[in-house]
Amino acid sequence: MLGTDRLVKRFGGLMATDHASLSVRTGEIHALIGPNGAGKTTLIHQLSGALRPTSGIIRFDGRDITATPMHARVHLGLVRSYQVTCVYRRLSVLDNLALAAQSRDGSSLRFWRAARREGARYEAAAEVAERVGLGARLHQVVGALSHGEQRQLEVGLALALQPRLLLLDEPMAGMGPEESDRLVELLRGLRGSVTMLLVEHDMDAVFRLADRISTLVFGRIIATGTADEIRANPEVRRAYLGDEAEAAAA
Amino acid sequence: MAETAGGRAARAACGLLDHPVRIRIALPLLIVLVALPLVAQILGADYYTGVVSRILIFALAASSLNLIVGFGGMVSFGHAAFFGVGAYAVGILMQYGVTSAWISWPAAIVAGAAFALVIGAISLRTRGVYFIMITLAFAQMVFYLMVSLKAWGGEDGITLASRSRVGLGVDLASDTQFYYAVLLVSALAFIVMARLLNARFGHVLQAIHENETRTAALGFPVYRYKLIGFTIAGAVAGLAGALLANQTSFVSPALLDWQQSGIFLIMIILGGVGHLYGGLIGAVVFLLIQEIASSYTIYWQFILGAVLLAVVLFAPNGVMSMLQRRARA
Repeated sequence: MLGTDRLVKRFGGLMATDHASLSVRTGEIHALIGPNGAGKTTLIHQLSGALRPTSGIIRFDGRDITATPMHARVHLGLVRSYQVTCVYRRLSVLDNLALAAQSRDGSSLRFWRAARREGARYEAAAEVAERVGLGARLHQVVGALSHGEQRQLEVGLALALQPRLLLLDEPMAGMGPEESDRLVELLRGLRGSVTMLLVEHDMDAVFRLADRISTLVFGRIIATGTADEIRANPEVRRAYLGDEAEAAAA
Repeated sequence: MAETAGGRAARAACGLLDHPVRIRIALPLLIVLVALPLVAQILGADYYTGVVSRILIFALAASSLNLIVGFGGMVSFGHAAFFGVGAYAVGILMQYGVTSAWISWPAAIVAGAAFALVIGAISLRTRGVYFIMITLAFAQMVFYLMVSLKAWGGEDGITLASRSRVGLGVDLASDTQFYYAVLLVSALAFIVMARLLNARFGHVLQAIHENETRTAALGFPVYRYKLIGFTIAGAVAGLAGALLANQTSFVSPALLDWQQSGIFLIMIILGGVGHLYGGLIGAVVFLLIQEIASSYTIYWQFILGAVLLAVVLFAPNGVMSMLQRRARA
């Protein structure tokens, strides 16, 4: 569904993405793991359209989207969430989600009719809030929410866009164990209807969710396979998993 | 979930995205403005009809700037260019014998919009201080262009043979009738801007101001929306320029000068950046200070400066924010 072909991103002398070829199959939850600084977020930036690769090709549904701007990719169904929470801090939870619903539903080049009249859109936004566990917080200004709740909203904004493929950049970062459990359940519930590429440091979540895992080290994808294959892969162990994998396997 | 969506949205409708016209403010204001020429006549102070016309015209221009600065987050230091181009559209057309307001005023709107579209298309590729500087630079280019065009008055400007003709039994040469024309046009333009801010487009514009990255990630073509907002503001400023050209029967490069852009910015800072009535209040405060203080001293700008300082220190979001805080307390 989403694939890259020998993707390269250079920042001066630094090769942040080094001929990375990745393939995400329709319907799967594909995890992308790797040590800090491996270039996971840089890869997500390129897939979402925030960064233009130096060379290589990105395909979505078989079409070349390498030069497609971010906003157009969103409308193709390729949606991302951010590692560093990126929400409208001064707006309410409902208004945040309603803006996402607005993008999803028709043109916003409407200059006369009051946006507040679109009851169905606010209804849809409230439903998404319910799904990500913010149903009781609709009218809270986002800046006043806890860090974990803001992370939930971050995921909610992506879901409100009704993505076909979701790029999740460390969605659990900074969440408490309960919150992250709930998010794992939520993502698991989307399995099959939404394809996911999940960047995550929480190995527990990765092993619980992922159908396949790719490992990124120094911008290169060194291995792709099922959880067991990745656990068993000596190169991955050496580069990254180390004791953690042994602990998880035990 | 017993609450209806409409109710929920209505309850949320006191948020940052909502800019209600508020009938209990707008209606008394409108009544006062409609009655003003009559009252002025009775008191034998006809002169003030002209003063208020001028205030309304500047309020219109300042409100259009507030649209992009206050709501869109685009701090433009070149707004006088669109204002001046609108004024010149009327002046130049009149020089060639086109006196109908039905032609020259729309022409002023189109001219303001066209300049804003071109200048915006280039300037909006930059942000922050660079955006301020590049809009300033473009406005100065338009200023020097008009100074150098001797056929259209050059430095001396163009004196209009008359005010624009409207027909329909209306004669704009009468200050009272001109006042009502200004009131009608600026009230309509104000309503259009208020509707726009509360419509989908306005929500996106403000969303961009709040968080541009997020807005792009939601799938909105950010640049396009900013450019459309910038162009609309230019169009409204052009209209205000057309009205001012008519009032003073004179256009000159001074209208395009960077000081004029600065005055518009000062007006919205005084009134309230990002407040629906910010442009209006700012124009009232600025022009009243100018009017009153300049009758006492040629150093009236000293008093303006003191007031500006006081506003920035004690009501950082302008007079409107002070009024709002009081209303809440």
